[in-house]
Amino acid sequence: MRCEEENWRPTASLASLRLRAELLKKLRAFFDTRGVMEVETPALSRAAVTDRHLASFRVDDPSGGALYLHTSPEFPMKRLLAAGSGDIYQVGKVFRAGEAGRLHNPEFTLVEWYRLGFDHHRLMREVAELVQLLVPGLQQSPEYLSYREAFLQHAGFDPFIADRQTCIAALRHHAKVLPAENALDYDGWLDLVAGETVYPALGKGRLTFVFDYPAGQAALARIHSGDPPAAARFEAFLHGVELANGFHELADAKEQQRRFERDLEFRKATGLPAVPMDEHFLAALAQGLPECAGVALGFDRLVMRAAGVHSIQEVIAFPFERV
Amino acid sequence: MASYSTNEFKSGLKIILDGDPYNIVENEFVKPGKGQAFNRVKVRNLKTGRMLDRNFKSGETVEAADVVEMDVQYLYSDGQFWHFMNPENYEQLAADATALGEAAHWLKGEEMCKVMLWDGRPLAVTAPVFAILKVTGTDPGMRGDTVTGGTKPAKLETGATVRVPLFINEGDFIKVDTRNATYVARAKE
Repeated sequence: MRCEEENWRPTASLASLRLRAELLKKLRAFFDTRGVMEVETPALSRAAVTDRHLASFRVDDPSGGALYLHTSPEFPMKRLLAAGSGDIYQVGKVFRAGEAGRLHNPEFTLVEWYRLGFDHHRLMREVAELVQLLVPGLQQSPEYLSYREAFLQHAGFDPFIADRQTCIAALRHHAKVLPAENALDYDGWLDLVAGETVYPALGKGRLTFVFDYPAGQAALARIHSGDPPAAARFEAFLHGVELANGFHELADAKEQQRRFERDLEFRKATGLPAVPMDEHFLAALAQGLPECAGVALGFDRLVMRAAGVHSIQEVIAFPFERV
Repeated sequence: MASYSTNEFKSGLKIILDGDPYNIVENEFVKPGKGQAFNRVKVRNLKTGRMLDRNFKSGETVEAADVVEMDVQYLYSDGQFWHFMNPENYEQLAADATALGEAAHWLKGEEMCKVMLWDGRPLAVTAPVFAILKVTGTDPGMRGDTVTGGTKPAKLETGATVRVPLFINEGDFIKVDTRNATYVARAKE
C-alpha cells in the first residue's frame, strides 16, 4: 500500500526540525547565561512514579526484575539538588504510556529545571522570559490567574466550594454527553471542566499562568495553609494548550511518603499496576532538599507554537505511529 | 461480545452507545499533565444521522457495533419495503423507509447502491451519486431561455421534486446529484 510505503518518512518538515534545533540552542544559552548547569539523569529506573494519572512503560531487565522508563526526571534531579548541585536543568526524552493524540506523543521531550530560593511566583516569571524568547510575537505581559479565578471566569463557579453536580451542570451548557457521575471523583470532574471550558480559553496571544491548585491536585507541591488550603503549583498555557507545570517543591520526606502511599492505595483500589516507590528520592528528601521551585516544560509543544503548527506530529521527526 | 477501549478509538470505528450504532467521526485525546485523561469524541448516530459530542474517561470500554457495508442492486419496491440483491450470491434483502431515507427519491430499478448492515439488518441505503431521471411534470419551458439562470420545480418519475432551469420540459431526462438533490445537466435517456 502506498501510504505504508511512505511511513519511513519523517512527519515533521525539515524546516520544523531546523527550528527545533535553533530553539534548543537558544534554550541552552538561556540557562547558560543564568548559571544553571545542564545535567543528565537516567531514563531507566528501578522505581516508578506513583501518580494516579501517569502510566510508566515497564521494561524487562534480563538480569532479573523490572525497570521503568521515567515519566519525568524529577526524582533523580532532586537527588542532585539534595547532594548540593545548585541550580540545574535537563533536556531529555520522557515516556508516558497511553498518551497519544494531537497534543501527545508517548515519548516526548521535557525541559525541566530547578531554581534554589525561588518560589512558584518567581519561577513563573522565569518561565515567561524563556517562552517569550523562544516564541516570537507574544505580548510581553503574561496573565496570572489563580485556579479559582480561572474557574470563576471560564466555568462560572468556585472550584474550592463546588461539587460534582456543579461540574456536571457547567458541562451540560456545552450539550455534552458525559461519563456517569460516580465514574470520576471531584478532582476528575474538575479536570473535565478544565479541559473542556477553562484551559481552551487561556493563553490567547500571551502566556496565561494558573496557580494555587486545590490540595487534592498538589502532586509534588507544598501546600500552603489557608482557608481553603491551596497547593503551590502552577501551569502555563499558550493558545489553550498546557505548556508547563511547576511547583514550589515539597521538601518534607514524611509528607511525600504519605502521598506516595495514598497514590499506591488508590492504584490498588482501582486496579492500576502497583509500582515500587522511589526510596532513593525519599532518602534524599530526608537528607534535606534545599528551598527551591521546579518546573517541567513540554519542548515539543513549545516548538509547535513557534512553528505555528496544529499537531505535535508536525514537530517530531518520527512520532509513535512510525517507530 | 467484542468491545473497544478508548485507546483504540479512531475515526471510522463503529460502536454501540445507549443501544444505537454510532460511527466515530473525530476522536481527541485530552489530558491535563497531572490529571485524568479523557477522550473527546464526535459520533454520528447511524440510524438518525445526528451528531453528538461525548466525553469518555480514558480506559472505558464500549461495545463494538457489527456494521458492514456492501454493494447491492436495487430490484423493486412493494410500497412498504425496498428490495435489493447482492449480485455476488444473489441473496436478497429488504430495507424499510427509515433505512432508505433520501435514497428512496432516486431509485427506479437496477441501480447499484451501498447498503450498511447492522447485525445483518439494513441500516442505511446510499443511492448512486448521479441519477438520470425523466421529468414527469413541470411548467412549460420558455423557449430559448438557456442563460437567465431562473429555476422552477420539476417533478421526476420517482416522485422527487428538484429545481431545474426554465428550459427543461416535461418528458426531458435530467442528471441529478443525489447527495444534495440538485440538477446537474440535461441528459439523454
